[in-house]
Amino acid sequence: MSGYPTAMQASISRVEATRGRRLRETFPAVSLEERQQVLDDFHPDYIEENMRPVRVGVSKGQRMPLELADVLEGRPHIGANFDLTASAGSTDVVIIGGGGAGAAAALLAQEHGARVTLVTKLRFGDANTMMAQGGIQAADRPEDSPAIHYLDVVGGGHFTNDPDLVEALVKDAPLIVAWLESLGVMFDKQADGTMVERHGGGTSRMRMHSARDYTGAEIMRTLRDEVRNREADITVVEFSPAVELVLDESGCAVGAVVVNLETNAYSFLGASAVVLATGGGGRLHYQGFPTTNHYGATADGVVLAYRVGAPLGYLESMQYHPTGAAFPEQIVGLLVTEKVRSLGAQPVNKLGEQFVYPLEPRDVEAAAFIRECQERDKGILTSSGQRGVWLDSPMVEAIHGQGTIQRNLPAMVRQFDRFGIDIAQEPILVYPTLHYQNGGIRTRPDGSTAVPGLFLAGEISGGVHGHNRLMGNSLREITVFGRRAGRSAAV
Amino acid sequence: MHPEIGTGKTPENLIPVHIMGTRYMVPPSLPIMAAMEYAGYRLLRGCGCRRGLRRACGTAYRIHGDPQLFSGLACQTVVQSGMYLAQIPFFPARRASYDLTKLEPSAVALFGAYPQLLRCLGCGACTKACPQDIDVRAYMAAGMKGDIQRMADLSFDCIMCGLCAARCPAEEAQYNIALLARRLTGRYLVPRSAHLEERLEEIRRGDFDADLAELKSLSKQELTARYSAREIEPEDRLGSRED
Ligand SMILES: Cc1cc2nc3c(=O)[nH]c(=O)nc-3n(C[C@H](O)[C@H](O)[C@H](O)COP(=O)(O)OP(=O)(O)OC[C@H]3O[C@@H](n4cnc5c(N)ncnc54)[C@H](O)[C@@H]3O)c2cc1C
Ligand code: SF4
Ligand code: SF4
Repeated sequence: MSGYPTAMQASISRVEATRGRRLRETFPAVSLEERQQVLDDFHPDYIEENMRPVRVGVSKGQRMPLELADVLEGRPHIGANFDLTASAGSTDVVIIGGGGAGAAAALLAQEHGARVTLVTKLRFGDANTMMAQGGIQAADRPEDSPAIHYLDVVGGGHFTNDPDLVEALVKDAPLIVAWLESLGVMFDKQADGTMVERHGGGTSRMRMHSARDYTGAEIMRTLRDEVRNREADITVVEFSPAVELVLDESGCAVGAVVVNLETNAYSFLGASAVVLATGGGGRLHYQGFPTTNHYGATADGVVLAYRVGAPLGYLESMQYHPTGAAFPEQIVGLLVTEKVRSLGAQPVNKLGEQFVYPLEPRDVEAAAFIRECQERDKGILTSSGQRGVWLDSPMVEAIHGQGTIQRNLPAMVRQFDRFGIDIAQEPILVYPTLHYQNGGIRTRPDGSTAVPGLFLAGEISGGVHGHNRLMGNSLREITVFGRRAGRSAAV
Repeated sequence: MHPEIGTGKTPENLIPVHIMGTRYMVPPSLPIMAAMEYAGYRLLRGCGCRRGLRRACGTAYRIHGDPQLFSGLACQTVVQSGMYLAQIPFFPARRASYDLTKLEPSAVALFGAYPQLLRCLGCGACTKACPQDIDVRAYMAAGMKGDIQRMADLSFDCIMCGLCAARCPAEEAQYNIALLARRLTGRYLVPRSAHLEERLEEIRRGDFDADLAELKSLSKQELTARYSAREIEPEDRLGSRED
């Protein structure tokens, strides 16, 4: 029995009717000009009424989603008369955020002699890092080089990236693969030790390293375990989000006010340097979009840093992953991995027609899905009012043979099976979902910011990806700049 | 409240569940976590990714009239009528501290850090409890034999939810032992990558510095031209990876 209601099954029959022909022909990729056109007309970043300039602060006038401008202008948790003697102690370096960037920063700060306290909002490792499945880029094959990686990154980012940050990213990348291995991360390898590396959207060389389907989880659990091994120098405090940064008279960051979520007690944690690693903001649900992000991703760090005077950048561009689940309602927004498309599944409309090349850059692909549903009205409407297009997953089996889906995408099979949908037999309904914060707080290659004593790393930062991140470069970014920020904060 | 559920519609066939001892009526199609939100819980502990990737939402439950105790992840397990739920977001299993650089990849390292490994009874309660369908008993058996690489391989999909430890009569900390096995494997047992070592040497020598400096100096127009002229390496049969 199909998990889809009858109304949707009628459309599925049309998808099945055209499948044979579509197996032989794929919709062509479009030119750079046509890409720009669909972005201008349909990408959420370009929808003027859903964006506005922020009205206060050093980056006054920068355009961003309404929801983000609202929180940047919001009232603080604590008043100016907050008693800083309500102390939670002091340390050399306080790290805010227990994802991959925060963990890497903690390790490097400790290695450079600092006593470290890491505070995090939920539990250590409850973070977007844990959810990254696809992979991590590094140019370490003879056919590849950091310079080629550089070109891919800036092309993907529409040539707006900060060149110094990109240079740091691509040059450190192979070193960090080696560092992660020395900590025990198990990358996918061939028997002779050669790394298994693949393409990802926007790569011109195969440089996507992976740890099965658990790349982010493998990195996160390894870094976390190593942090715990150093408990003599690194204290981890969970369920304690930072709600304000504190500057001294000369404008240097000297700690943070944190709140204990269990007791609601606010206290001041003093330090000689602060590293912000709070990740992105998908859970602000910009423009009403669903999200792939974890529960705690609410752009906290961007607000904290902005309130003490650190400039913003690139926040007018958010990354919408083209394939978020659009049905059933309980899992709307959850990531349907791009691997489904790279294994051959095409996006098709309610009539069973192709309308876009399956592997355009993410922003273009997402905008094309939105155009199909809005302007052309060829999307599929679910009973809860969500629109979507089909991702014709059964094609994967037709191309690569029966069992390919179960073998390559076991987690996805399990996910949909709970709702009576067999993705090897029936297509998946998808719609763009809010996935990644391309921009954030401006930073330098050493992780420093315009505020002395304030360092940062990870999805909170803005610049390295320009206006569009390529997959596999954020796990890379958090480790490269997490290390750099941790080291800078300690010395 | 979680926006995916907040549609304003009231589903007709609500079913009764008991959360931490109190009875609530919830829609039958929801995973436990969404059902708790539906019931008005503000989730703080015991929630995380909603994808079954993190260990944040372990839940123990009984079904009315059934003596068995079940367990699962709250974001993945769908509610059933008459469920009695208790969340176990944190399980205080033992974790050894060690210096990986001073260990040898042998059974001695495992037994040294976790002497209780040898007390495993092979009862299989852990395997039954695992929401990731991992044969926990089998990886524990591999560990007892000192087969570190096999333990690493079999346990790879572990999300460290702690449900196996919660059910273990021998008080094992299975997932922590497996983590040590994986780290030993990653660091010591898999062969090094010759191409990576070579690349590190090239970077140390500064082989790419001139190329990078040149790229950094190019105008947007020149970069665009180079980008469009890039040669794309043909894909092999493995295809690409994403997200
Ligand atoms: C589903 C999914 C799949 C992805 N796949 C890939 C992939 O394949 N490859 C890739 O490169 N990238 C991928 N990404 C992106 C990548 O995972 C993230 O960009 C990256 O992990 C962010 O790391 P981070 O350390 O900056 O932030 P996070 O890992 O999100 O960590 C931030 C931490 O800060 C904490 N925090 C937040 N606010 C506060 C506060 N006020 N006080 C204290 N702590 C706070 C959070 O609770 C969290 O623990 C994916 C992302 C998602 C969501
Ligand atoms: S539950 Fe404990 S004793 Fe039983 S097999 Fe698993 S690890 Fe061994
Ligand atoms: S092995 Fe244990 S900790 Fe790991 S996923 Fe299975 S039950 Fe959870």
